Amino acid sequence: MTCTEFLKILDDVIDQSTAAETRAEIETHLRKCGHCEVVLNTTRKTIEIYRCHEIYELPVEVSERLHSVIMERCRKVR
Amino acid sequence: MSTIQSIAGENQQYPDVALVERVRGGDISAYDKLVRKYERQIFRIAQHITQNREDAEDVMQDAFLKAYEKLDQFQGNSKFYTWLVRIAVNESLMRLRKRRPGRMVSIDEEMETEEGAVPRDLADWAPNPEQNYNQAELAEILRKTIQGLPHGFRVVFALRDVEGLSTEETAETLGLSIPAVKSRLLRARLQLRERLARYFHRKTPADSPARASSQETGGKRG
Repeated sequence: MTCTEFLKILDDVIDQSTAAETRAEIETHLRKCGHCEVVLNTTRKTIEIYRCHEIYELPVEVSERLHSVIMERCRKVR
Repeated sequence: MSTIQSIAGENQQYPDVALVERVRGGDISAYDKLVRKYERQIFRIAQHITQNREDAEDVMQDAFLKAYEKLDQFQGNSKFYTWLVRIAVNESLMRLRKRRPGRMVSIDEEMETEEGAVPRDLADWAPNPEQNYNQAELAEILRKTIQGLPHGFRVVFALRDVEGLSTEETAETLGLSIPAVKSRLLRARLQLRERLARYFHRKTPADSPARASSQETGGKRG
């Protein structure tokens, strides 16, 4: 496996959706290629950081205000 | 009336079916539960698309009201959540069009940028690099970085990786093909990785979080 071939299936590797027969090839490539290993690990970390950190917080008071407006408008529809 | 799933044992594939049926039967308290369950996600998605807090608040209100009004049109062959997200995405795009009259705002515009197609930064990151920043600094870095992505990449990343929709659900929600979602997701992930790298590299003693932060506020882009 070349680095270009690895990059093409990077998403599948991250999402753990690669075919079983490809996994051994991927592991062999990663053992030999430090660059691809860094790209894989840091891309995984990128996703994890975005998933675990709230960047657009909805403060409780805003949430309560919006919630009240939504439910009030819904009651009027009925 | 379709069969109502047991509320206690939630249907894995369509988890909100019981609540939706109760709303259809006139129980507005069930809709209250659905709003509470998804309001944060809908707000985040609207923020990712509109990049504007007031617009995101308006989108959140309008999306939940529209979903309520159109609940009879919900077929039940997709999750209530993905149906709601689709409404929120459309409302967000309408807001953008209002704010940018004369400019086409579309999810399926061609993505011609080559940035991030090939990884260039191959240096390793520090272990747990986010710990080098306090919560506010980190949130600011993450916001600035994702806001720099092309619109069509940002939305795919937000739905697929942040909100946890499947590739198929993301494609259906945005009206894109599955290959288009996959291609944009890869590019979005690689571009974000490339842009975050300068904050998260292993630090030499001469480096400090404040330095990286001041570089960003100075307007330098990755």
